[in-house]
Amino acid sequence: MKAEIRVALVGNPNTGKSTLFNLLTGLNQKVGNFPGVTVDKKTGYCNLPDGRRAEIIDLPGTYSLYPKSRDESIVFSVLADKGNQQAPDLVVVILDASNLKRNLLLYTQVADLKIPVVVALNMMDVAKKDGISINVNSLATKLGVPIVPISARRNEGIDELKKNISYANKFALQQDSIDVKAIAPQLVDAIGEEMQIDNPYYALQLAHQHEHLTFLSASDNDRIEQLEQTHNFHSQKAQATETIARYNYINDLLYDTVKVKEAAHEENTSNRIDRILTHRVFGFLIFFGILLFIFQAIFAWSAYPMDLIEKLFVWMQTGVHQMLPAGPLTDLLADGVIAGLSGVLVFIPQIAILFAFIAILEDTGYMARVTFMMDKVMRKVGLNGKSVVPLIGGFACAVPSIMSTRTIENWKDRMITIMVTPLISCSARLPVYTLLIALVVPSRNVWWIFNLQGLALTGMYLLSMVSAVVVAWVMKHILKARERGYFIMELPVYRMPRWNNVLLTMFDRAKTFVLEAGKVIIAVSVILWVLSSYGPGDTFKQIEKKYEQPQYGQKMKPTEIEHAIASEKLESSYAGHLGHVIEPVIKSLGFDWKIGIALITSFAAREVFVGTMATIYSVDNADEIQSVKAKMGNARNPETGQPTFTLAVAFSLMMFYAFAMQCASTVAIVYRETKDWRWPAVQFLYMTVLAYGASFITYTLLK
Amino acid sequence: MKKLSQLQVGKKGVIKEFTDLEMSLKLMEMGCLPGEEIVIERVAPLGDPIAINVSGYMLSLRKQEASTIILQ
Repeated sequence: MKAEIRVALVGNPNTGKSTLFNLLTGLNQKVGNFPGVTVDKKTGYCNLPDGRRAEIIDLPGTYSLYPKSRDESIVFSVLADKGNQQAPDLVVVILDASNLKRNLLLYTQVADLKIPVVVALNMMDVAKKDGISINVNSLATKLGVPIVPISARRNEGIDELKKNISYANKFALQQDSIDVKAIAPQLVDAIGEEMQIDNPYYALQLAHQHEHLTFLSASDNDRIEQLEQTHNFHSQKAQATETIARYNYINDLLYDTVKVKEAAHEENTSNRIDRILTHRVFGFLIFFGILLFIFQAIFAWSAYPMDLIEKLFVWMQTGVHQMLPAGPLTDLLADGVIAGLSGVLVFIPQIAILFAFIAILEDTGYMARVTFMMDKVMRKVGLNGKSVVPLIGGFACAVPSIMSTRTIENWKDRMITIMVTPLISCSARLPVYTLLIALVVPSRNVWWIFNLQGLALTGMYLLSMVSAVVVAWVMKHILKARERGYFIMELPVYRMPRWNNVLLTMFDRAKTFVLEAGKVIIAVSVILWVLSSYGPGDTFKQIEKKYEQPQYGQKMKPTEIEHAIASEKLESSYAGHLGHVIEPVIKSLGFDWKIGIALITSFAAREVFVGTMATIYSVDNADEIQSVKAKMGNARNPETGQPTFTLAVAFSLMMFYAFAMQCASTVAIVYRETKDWRWPAVQFLYMTVLAYGASFITYTLLK
Repeated sequence: MKKLSQLQVGKKGVIKEFTDLEMSLKLMEMGCLPGEEIVIERVAPLGDPIAINVSGYMLSLRKQEASTIILQ
């Protein structure tokens, strides 16, 4: 798709920029990457009234061209890279009419770069309600640019905006805002001459930001640095002077174009809501209530669709086995690929539900209040108010939770959140815990109301929270901050959620998950399938031959023979051999080679543990957890004759599953979110060390 | 010399200057300029951060950050 005009969308956060982007592009959008950085690049196409096609780039929301985070640094580098084919021909600056003064700061900066600009004036309705009246025509004349009043939420004024985009000139017509040269007169001239730039503000911005601009060559950088030294340039002081000058200009501008009724400063609705939602007591109660509801909903609402997806794949597996001729290819397709796909797609309901809730919380403005309330506590352990939601989501599944950490602007806080989220007890651990607890903990009540098994399970959940907090605290001291930690954050007014946006987020995140995590999980599943379905030499044939002998046919039922063959095959498969290989290492944790096989096969996903145990102990009905439990309970250690699954072994195993990174999807998504394989590697390593240590201590103490 | 962090809920103050240049850049971009009136709207349930009203919108900041703002 070729675009005839490139349009960049620029604006403050919370101005309705993404809503406008969605309106302009519809579902015709894609998420890519800005070259060299880990910031998502959202682009889409829009048909203009004159028949041309416009490519719209949604740039990250920012309050100024001086970046405070890596996301924000993209804005200037995209606008400034003039030699690039991808450079925008036009900038649409979206302004919040109810907060015009602060919004105009960014506008004046962009306008001074002398790229053609169209202003979209959003939220006129909110401004009117607040008693603010804006003389749009007079403001447009003063700025020298077209201003289009729109309401992104109500889909009003969008056609008018498209018309203005198509009329837009190749030349920038906007008025100068401030006297840029006055800030650093000689330097601006010198850089202009050296780099052959005739725009003084562009020259000044190069002086401030040249170190972070990838399109500048090393020699350009050196020359600019040299000029800064010669002219004694102090970046921060120059920025302060500039900001003050810009606000003076804006105050003059607004003096006779905007009127605010005095009564407007009275108590508004948002304030009244805040009085309850950030209340000393009710604030926390309501927040925990909402969390509990989300947590419950993720489990309850996803149960049925997850069940359907699993059934669909079982049906497909049987179908493939029946339709295609028996052989290794059919087995690979059915037991490797389809089983792997099932392991990916089964999480979609949980991901969609979690993201729907997160989108609602963000959209309404409540998320900012959560951050506001939780910041003090979370800061103590090296996290951020915004880490709360990913951590709670971790009880369902670490994968969508790690994807949701993007709302955390601070790099260090975000990394720590990503690193500790997989420690939270996710839903895939639940079947493992249920099985092991049922095996060794008696179902007895203590103090009348507390069931021992329930207490053990609660203990595992508590342990996961404590370990996440402790690890976060440790990482706070290890990781170096890339930027100074700020908490200067706008508390946006409360709004109704935009349901389109909620649906779009759900769809977007589910798609990303399937594409990104899917590749890895299918690959891992296929490898694990090969490992557990093939053995060295002709061992498998010999096992089959052995059970063909008449003595087995007389004593055992056909299904019993089938299970015995499956069990023996797994034992002598490559996975079985691997189990034997790692036995010396895991022996001190109380695990034998059979458990070793389960540890290996459950690397793709933890819940596979139960299935593997069922195969190893040749359980007739693997669907019933009771029968797996019974077989495991009867298992004896061949040397001592004692039960294999003692209290010590079961708890040691639970500790291992609590800490180990037994999840290929999480590894894949951490890589995707950090774009650096060292993060998942470090995470895998530290979690394995923790798992080994915790299991070893548990086993040694309980033995 | 009165700092913004010493102001009580519901009270007004006018910004005079800043004690931290780097912090002041961010604060000024967000509309906290010398001469601007600030109202303390509320304090977070645990005592920190605080929420202020400046040029018609709500801004939250930590007390430590508020202590770099000197009032008239």
